[in-house]
Amino acid sequence: MKRAGRILTWAALGVLTVAFIYPFVWLLSASFKPRGEVFDHRLIPETFILDNYVKVWQEAPLALWMVNTLLVTVLAAVTVTITSAMVAWGFAYFRFPGRGALFGLLLATMMLPGVVTMIPVFLIWNSLGMVGTLTPLWAQNLFGSAFYIFLLRQFFMGLPREPFEAAKLDGANNWKIFTRIALPLCRPAVVVTLLFEFQAAWTDLMRPLIYLRDSSTFTVPRGLKALLDQFGFGGEWHWEIVMTASVITTIPMIILFFLGQKHFLRGIATTGSKG
Amino acid sequence: MSFRRTMRWKDTRAALLFISPWIIGFLIFTAWPVINSAYLSLTDYDVINDPSFVGLDNYRALFEDPKVGLALRNTALFTVMSVPAHLVVSLALALLLNSATKATGFFRTVFFLPKMTPPVAIGILLLMLFNGQSGLINGFLGLFGIDGPAWTTDPDWVKPGLVLMSLWTVGSSVVILLAALRGVPQELYDSALVDGAGWWRRTLRITVPMISPTLFFLFIVDTIAALQSFTEAYTAFFGSGNTTYSNDAALFYAIYLFQQAFEFLHMGYASALAWLLFIVIMAITGVQILVTRRYVHYEGGKP
Repeated sequence: MKRAGRILTWAALGVLTVAFIYPFVWLLSASFKPRGEVFDHRLIPETFILDNYVKVWQEAPLALWMVNTLLVTVLAAVTVTITSAMVAWGFAYFRFPGRGALFGLLLATMMLPGVVTMIPVFLIWNSLGMVGTLTPLWAQNLFGSAFYIFLLRQFFMGLPREPFEAAKLDGANNWKIFTRIALPLCRPAVVVTLLFEFQAAWTDLMRPLIYLRDSSTFTVPRGLKALLDQFGFGGEWHWEIVMTASVITTIPMIILFFLGQKHFLRGIATTGSKG
Repeated sequence: MSFRRTMRWKDTRAALLFISPWIIGFLIFTAWPVINSAYLSLTDYDVINDPSFVGLDNYRALFEDPKVGLALRNTALFTVMSVPAHLVVSLALALLLNSATKATGFFRTVFFLPKMTPPVAIGILLLMLFNGQSGLINGFLGLFGIDGPAWTTDPDWVKPGLVLMSLWTVGSSVVILLAALRGVPQELYDSALVDGAGWWRRTLRITVPMISPTLFFLFIVDTIAALQSFTEAYTAFFGSGNTTYSNDAALFYAIYLFQQAFEFLHMGYASALAWLLFIVIMAITGVQILVTRRYVHYEGGKP
């Protein structure tokens, strides 16, 4: 009985693994197939070609889109991590009047759906003449983000207080205590924040749709959508181009995931357990 | 006494310095937009001309706009289908992973991987996999002699297709649930085993109640996310040049709002749409909290 259960478990896991991985493999293999064979279900292309990659490169400024995305993503992730950590430290370490109320306000902003502020925020960037540039995609992160502040504060609250008090007696100022002692201790949470925001910024479509006009400023997801509109829906269908571009878009995220796997999974597990 | 007061003031000043980025950001990017959005919802505004005050006209128009009703129905249907499906599938996967003590790390990675695929690419993948004539899903169904539906063009099958595709990304819920499962004390199972309780009984009587706070958390978060779904459906069924598909079946509320605001430049009307969504989300979340509260078990009493 017990053995049967174990065999069943492993069989189910095997089937599910195939179901979860197969779409990737199929997409990857389709990107090496000529146009007429894209939809056949062979995993090893009958005719193996690299033309699609060459064509995508010629049709779309993919390299430029990658540079744009990388710029936005790095700026977004770094700024949000630094400022969120600062704010989280402010809430975690100091006792001051109104702390509870302010933190409650911060939590409340997490419940506000993005669509409510979307239009006025657009109008702010519009009045600053920034629509059409990459700035609106990351600059808001200079002010931190409620979710990460919450995440990092939880982590800071779990640290013992003694090393900070000791440093204070030794004459270290608040900034030094934060940057030299607190931040290094908080490295796992900092890495989680960086990875989460990197992923969010890399995969975002809505903001690039709102703010970017010219294809030279596109990020990769925005460009991919433009390619789909052009080659998927517009007249002649060239799925092989769209699929190849999808592969190219996905690969950086997969690489990032394998580099930061441990932190990613641990971070997600901890964010969820706070019910 | 005065020394103490200066100390406290010094602390307050330092704290305010540390949290000042958030305070400034809150004022500029949350407080002001909320006020402005409420005001705009009472105006006609196309970005080019100044807003003109129209009172509650936008809100009245909401109730007469057939597309609002359509978008609300679509979104509700998608939410009602996808949220329970997500919870059941991710719980099943987490339980499976938890019972296979070896190689959990490997499978956890496998199930999480699709979460790293950009939603735009998932929208594209949806069009390929669920293609009525030559897609992989119908090819698979064909193996069993089933003639699959035209998922991406038949209005009745567009939402089920979107729901199925969304199941591919349950990975983060699985990881969260797995962490919760690890926290259930082994003694509970041991004593249940002594009492002769079978797998089902143990799962229903011990596991599910013990991880109910996490299930509850996922239930709420998933619902809010489903009510705001945008990218996958927009990628696959909307955008310039796309006229082949039965878009109406995939017109989610967030998509309609986006179109009104940024394609038709009806900023006032779109703001009213945003407030209606906000109210709907608050109401649903409130009901969910009230209804499920008695089923959620917190160790050490209610928080």
